[in-house]
Amino acid sequence: MSTELGPTPVKSPASGGTPIHHGPKGVGEDNKILSQGKWASWLLAPTIIALAVVIVYPIISALVMSFQKDAGLDPVTGLFTAGGPAGVQNYVNWLAQQCSAPGGGTVACPPGTLGAQFWSATATTFFFTVVTVTLETVLGFWMALIMARTFRGRSLVRAAVLVPWAIPTAVTAKLWLFIFAFEGIANKLFNTTILWTGSEWPAKWAVIIADVWKTTPFMALLILAGLQMIPAEVYEAAKVDGATTWQRFRMITLPLVKPALMVAVLFRTLDALRMFDLPYILTGGANNTTTLSILVINQIRQGFNAAAALSTITFIIIFLVAFIFVRFLGANVVEQSGATGKGKK
Amino acid sequence: MSAGTATTALRAQQDRGRKAAQNREKWAQGRTYISAVVVLIWCLAPAYWMVVTAFREVGFTYDTSILPTHVTLDNFNTAFDTSFGNRFGQALLNSVFIGVVVTVVSLLIGVFAAYALARLNFRFKYLVLGFILGASMFPGVALITPLFQLFTNIGWMGTYQALIIPNISFVLPLTVYTMTSFFREMPWELEESARVDGCTQGQAFRKVILPLAAPAIFTTAILAFISSWNEFLIASQLSSDATQPVTVAIASFAGAQPNQIPYTAIMAAGTIVTIPLVILVLVFQRKIVAGLTAGAVK
Repeated sequence: MSTELGPTPVKSPASGGTPIHHGPKGVGEDNKILSQGKWASWLLAPTIIALAVVIVYPIISALVMSFQKDAGLDPVTGLFTAGGPAGVQNYVNWLAQQCSAPGGGTVACPPGTLGAQFWSATATTFFFTVVTVTLETVLGFWMALIMARTFRGRSLVRAAVLVPWAIPTAVTAKLWLFIFAFEGIANKLFNTTILWTGSEWPAKWAVIIADVWKTTPFMALLILAGLQMIPAEVYEAAKVDGATTWQRFRMITLPLVKPALMVAVLFRTLDALRMFDLPYILTGGANNTTTLSILVINQIRQGFNAAAALSTITFIIIFLVAFIFVRFLGANVVEQSGATGKGKK
Repeated sequence: MSAGTATTALRAQQDRGRKAAQNREKWAQGRTYISAVVVLIWCLAPAYWMVVTAFREVGFTYDTSILPTHVTLDNFNTAFDTSFGNRFGQALLNSVFIGVVVTVVSLLIGVFAAYALARLNFRFKYLVLGFILGASMFPGVALITPLFQLFTNIGWMGTYQALIIPNISFVLPLTVYTMTSFFREMPWELEESARVDGCTQGQAFRKVILPLAAPAIFTTAILAFISSWNEFLIASQLSSDATQPVTVAIASFAGAQPNQIPYTAIMAAGTIVTIPLVILVLVFQRKIVAGLTAGAVK
């Protein structure tokens, strides 16, 4: 992430509105920034404190819990196990898919128990993420290119794409459950007799289709906003130089829209990695549609501490993906999010 | 070959070129319209199907005629009927209450942070921005386990505060960064003039900037309310029958027969939940799109 520290960021004329004078006035400026800093810390304090209470405290608390043993009846063996410090045992159990054995020690979790689902849930989560984000990027780009053209009824299209976005995910899930019902409209339209939520691949595709329907508009709007930042003169110039449509798309549109596109892809990827509502309501996690989030929720009632370990693993996975995006793929979220302000206009 | 024929040939070629260009233009326009219709159908058809089903008699749930048939309002009564253990009416009130509290609290706290981030120069500004953006992308499951245990221990399970507090964790960051990018675009010269006229920075903020910022704050409020209204994960775990929001009520909607999903009533409930949002979104379309994309491109 591009974190520019220090009292006088070079970019400041663009980032605030207060012009920074260089040269002889430097000392006075330092005082001004100091007093602004004081002001800023008062203004930021409520937000930082609130976020510390609702986010930082639970994270630390989850970390502490994840190193504790779950006391209570073991769901597998039915024996009572005592609590106490567990070291990294909870993490090892998840990663190696081990459950505690009657005599102490661990055995491989029997199929069907939550402990045996870690890697399949991870695979499902990544599968959903890669497929939905890819489809949403391609479809969203296509929609954005259409909405960027001038034609009568354009505002109607722009309004229509907001409809799937505005429908709550829980309602979306029920709606697609109905569409994919055995006697539902999907089977009727395509003249098929698929039990959509009854077996693995139809169930997965049901989740993917519903997710793509719901979230492509968001992607399209972000990409459209990026497209609109490209000055028309650039296209005109390219046209005069004899560039074909494909060349203009590849040499102008793609590189210039890339920053906005990367941020959109990053947002959607992080969102898809925590996918919960859709598969939970649409398939109940059956037929290999259990995502990591669903696995955490199912685990909570069987043992807080093991659930805390799993949620920490999920958090780390999402954090790593975000890190890779920002570090290697150049998704500059902070800068894109407005830190450079009006400078680009 | 005379110079005359050469000119004629050239002119003919130019004509052909112009015609081809016109045809290409027409063809492109036609393709645009076809694509636009495809997008419209893709976006609206499922929503249309929900509304059509909501108005269909329960005996004809699986009727697949595209136009409305067997129209009735019964499903809306069924949606509010409490005899099968559904509490949809109560859930609507709960969602409104939770949404309003979360939105108001987030705005009250966030507006100051957004002002500081948009207007002031200070150390660690980018770090704070990064932290707030990171917070908005935070996975809900990472919060739920410790909160579940904490709320169980202090007897808060199923209370309103147990639903409101976790919601703030993702609505507040959203509020801050949306407002930050709105604030950057405001005519801040007016603040300077107010200060020249003798206002303190605080007065300038209250008397000049706040009224100017009202549309931005209002749009942010809509976005905040929608994201709280749509929340499901945390509510599904921490709410009780009395405090559950609409998303949970719809997800667990039960019918007369346990094995039969009462689709028409669920679609009616879904329509009730969705229509106000869709109207709100369409009325404030331009502002909302600006707010949604604010974090990504400016």
